[in-house]
Amino acid sequence: MTETLAKSGFQLLLLLLVAPLVSGVIRTLKARLQTRRGPDILQPYRDLVKLLRKGMVIPDTASWIFPAAPYVVFVTAALVGLMTPMTATDAPLSLFGGVLAVVYLLALGRFFLALSGLDTGSSFGGLGSSREMTISAIAEPAMMLAIFAVALGANSTNLSEMARSAVSQSWRFLAPSQMLAFAALFIVVIAETGRIPVDNPATHLELTMIHEAMILEYSGPYLALIEWGASIKQLVLMTLLVNTFFPFGLSSGWSVSELGAGLFFYLLKLLLLSCCIVLVETTNAKMRLFRVPELLAVAFILGALALISTFLF
Amino acid sequence: MNQIPISGLFLGGLTSYAAAGLFGLSAHRYRRATRIVFCAFTCLGALLEGIASLAALLNASATLISIPSGIPFLQYTFRLDPVSSYFNLAFAVVSLAVSVYSLGYLDGFDVRKPLGIFCFFYSLLLVSLTAVFTANNAFLFLIAWEVMAVSAYFLVCFDHERDENKSAGNLFFVMSHVGTGALMAGFLLLGTWAGSLDFSAFHLAGAALTPIRQGSLFLLFFFGFGVKAGMIPVHIWLPAAHPAAPGNVSALMSAILIKTGIYGIIRISFDFLGLPPLWCGLLVLAAGTASAILGVLYALIEPDLKRMLAYSTIENAGIILMALGGSMVFRSYGRPALAAVALVACLFHIFNHAVFKSLLFLSAGAVVHATGSRNLERMGGLIRPMPLTALCFLVGAIAISGLPPLNGFVSEWLTYQALLGGFGSTLSLTRIVFPVAGSLLALTGALAAACFVRAFGIGFLALPRSPQAGHAHEAHPAMLAGMGMLALLCIGLGLGATVCLPILDPLTNQLLGVGMSGNLVVHGGLALSPGSPTGGTVAPAGIAGALILLALVPWALCAIWWRRGRKIPGPAWDCGLPGLTEYNEFTATAFSKPLRMIFAALYQPRREIQTEFEVSAYYPTSVRFESEVAPAFETHFYSPLVERIMARASRFRTIQAGGIHAYLAYIFITLVVLLVFGVRS
Repeated sequence: MTETLAKSGFQLLLLLLVAPLVSGVIRTLKARLQTRRGPDILQPYRDLVKLLRKGMVIPDTASWIFPAAPYVVFVTAALVGLMTPMTATDAPLSLFGGVLAVVYLLALGRFFLALSGLDTGSSFGGLGSSREMTISAIAEPAMMLAIFAVALGANSTNLSEMARSAVSQSWRFLAPSQMLAFAALFIVVIAETGRIPVDNPATHLELTMIHEAMILEYSGPYLALIEWGASIKQLVLMTLLVNTFFPFGLSSGWSVSELGAGLFFYLLKLLLLSCCIVLVETTNAKMRLFRVPELLAVAFILGALALISTFLF
Repeated sequence: MNQIPISGLFLGGLTSYAAAGLFGLSAHRYRRATRIVFCAFTCLGALLEGIASLAALLNASATLISIPSGIPFLQYTFRLDPVSSYFNLAFAVVSLAVSVYSLGYLDGFDVRKPLGIFCFFYSLLLVSLTAVFTANNAFLFLIAWEVMAVSAYFLVCFDHERDENKSAGNLFFVMSHVGTGALMAGFLLLGTWAGSLDFSAFHLAGAALTPIRQGSLFLLFFFGFGVKAGMIPVHIWLPAAHPAAPGNVSALMSAILIKTGIYGIIRISFDFLGLPPLWCGLLVLAAGTASAILGVLYALIEPDLKRMLAYSTIENAGIILMALGGSMVFRSYGRPALAAVALVACLFHIFNHAVFKSLLFLSAGAVVHATGSRNLERMGGLIRPMPLTALCFLVGAIAISGLPPLNGFVSEWLTYQALLGGFGSTLSLTRIVFPVAGSLLALTGALAAACFVRAFGIGFLALPRSPQAGHAHEAHPAMLAGMGMLALLCIGLGLGATVCLPILDPLTNQLLGVGMSGNLVVHGGLALSPGSPTGGTVAPAGIAGALILLALVPWALCAIWWRRGRKIPGPAWDCGLPGLTEYNEFTATAFSKPLRMIFAALYQPRREIQTEFEVSAYYPTSVRFESEVAPAFETHFYSPLVERIMARASRFRTIQAGGIHAYLAYIFITLVVLLVFGVRS
């Protein structure tokens, strides 16, 4: 019990601290690739602290859903993080739920965020909610197929079991089914985290925004919680990608030296994945909303091929 | 448990239900007294039935209750075996909550409405539903089935001033009888082959039959019960009939009446037929998947709140059938443990859907009562005048979207695990159907979430969209009590899933011969697993606890940095226009627009805009906008079918000339033919 609590505390701290860093790294790398100087890597931390100290404006039209949503978003993202192996193969709360619980907990956060978008009565909020629910809905089948393919390889939906089985056969990611599933999940993660070509996190242009439209009315600490929660969600999804497919360096125990090595490899893998995301974001233009289903259909087909190849190879 | 007089309680409950109706009919003059006594009797009946069913379920053996009737072939035999008790228990729970709710709901009835008639048919529905779930004789079952259909018909047509309600009732009546026809044929065939009409004699009677006979029996029953279960493509009565009925009856119909169909399919395929061929399971799985995905897609674009809930019932019936079909397939492959996981998922979802769908329909009833409209676009902002109703609806919405930690999540999780296990452990090519079903289930779940974000967000949040919504009032305390019970049950069944699921053991034992709870509940009752702890676990109570504990983190963050008192109310951004009004708000139609365009092949949306102007098109004097979605099954299948039947039927008009002599002759000829036929055989 105390051991689980200690592990949870450590991992929670890691989640809270690394999540803004990853956002910062992606932002900086993207700026460099576009030959801009861009903000400092630590800028997201400064933004969060500044937002937390500010006052906030609550729309007259909003109900209790509006203040509740930031908490739900933040808390579900954090819990999902505790179910995912980050530096060590056994995640602190992996008993509480596996990959299916992860998907549905993130959906709970999204549910409340979409409600809060509608709660203010402004049409931007409704527009964002509608688009967010649409994209997440059509991303879901592809995600589930890819999850099926990975879960079959590990014979479990438990994330720690998945990581353990990946560690035990560390070159498995070269198997066609795993590579196809990785490609499918990569597209889904791009869509779920609201990155180009699906959504542009940097835009406030009404015709294109999705996530930003939903949270348009938030300010101050609530906005900080939502931004932080979103970056934790992004970190968790990236962690899922790197640790289930490329388990190198995952520590099997929780001693200090093992943790140090695990942390080093973990951050390295995150950096590499961030580079991939930056490349995708820089070389692609944002798609029209009604082109997104085609992209996700590609992910679906990749997922289906991954499944079929599990019993061909 | 043997001390509890199950049969006494059961018959007491039935009598109490019946007494409620008779009392309501006889004392229609004193509305207030009628209402109170009627609801007291139905509550008492539900309590007695609930206790009897729970005791019978825990007893894990069949209790036979028999009343002689004096009519040949017919005996009033009821049997409370685990399956019947389970369904009857779910029914009793829902009917208790609905009865409490009715105490307030009937208060709001128009004084010109015949309350006595309503009470009579309502209690007739309760009696017949109990009888359907517990009948041990095909005759009794069919009688109860018919009484159920007829009483439901009168309740659907209760608001008969509106023409659409009457046609909804008629559609229900016709479809229901088409189904009953198939059931009668099935029972007569089964009775001939088994040599008796008792359900006890039907047990495994199909096992001795040839596969062709087995298959045709299965098809007859599957069609007949599928109509009641709201399965696509024989669902068309459901979205018409369920919303037409008064709020409390809609809840009962959507939560329980459709489960009679599921009950029948379970009885047939696990009890009567022995082991139906493999394709039967695949058929159920396919029908379930189609119902789930099409049901939710139609729910998503429906502006009428109650019709939306009715379509969502089709979706959930689909999810139930998916798990059931999976279970049948695993059984054919000789994998009882996996079949048990799928069956548990199916049975648990049956109970869960009964709870959250009745909750949603009851809240919708309260909303319709307060605003006078079923149209989502005429609601809005209801969370302020009706905070508790809104909270109940929200709980139901979260549960039905399958979000953790409530009960809908647990049953969907089990369904996924069963489908995943099916792909992993069956070897032939058919196993590809499981991941396809799983991914469509994922799509269904996500679309259901979108659908209920839309319903709650448009209906309850932001600004009122009509004056009536602005002047809405909170529901009657009794109505809130009924909804509150169900909302608590949604939470309890979710968090306490590890405690509740072992109750299903007698059912899996009866139907499959395996007990599941030992493998299902692991880690000292903390977590659920799909048969093996390494296959994945989930702990709904743990998730809820962790969510609450983790909420301390953002709270602490705010407490450390945030200077209190700096929360300024202000207007939402209105693009610089003079103030935000209901005309600026996002509408329900707009919310589902992206999905309507993505799935345009299914919806075939049609849109018509007429602009009238005098000087230039930029200054219109009036704009008329019309948007419509084609109901695919009605236009492409049912309308041509009805036309063809009517054309054929008109040819028979010549023999119906209206002369009484001709009719007497027909009767005489029929009698002679039957006599000849009877004497020869």
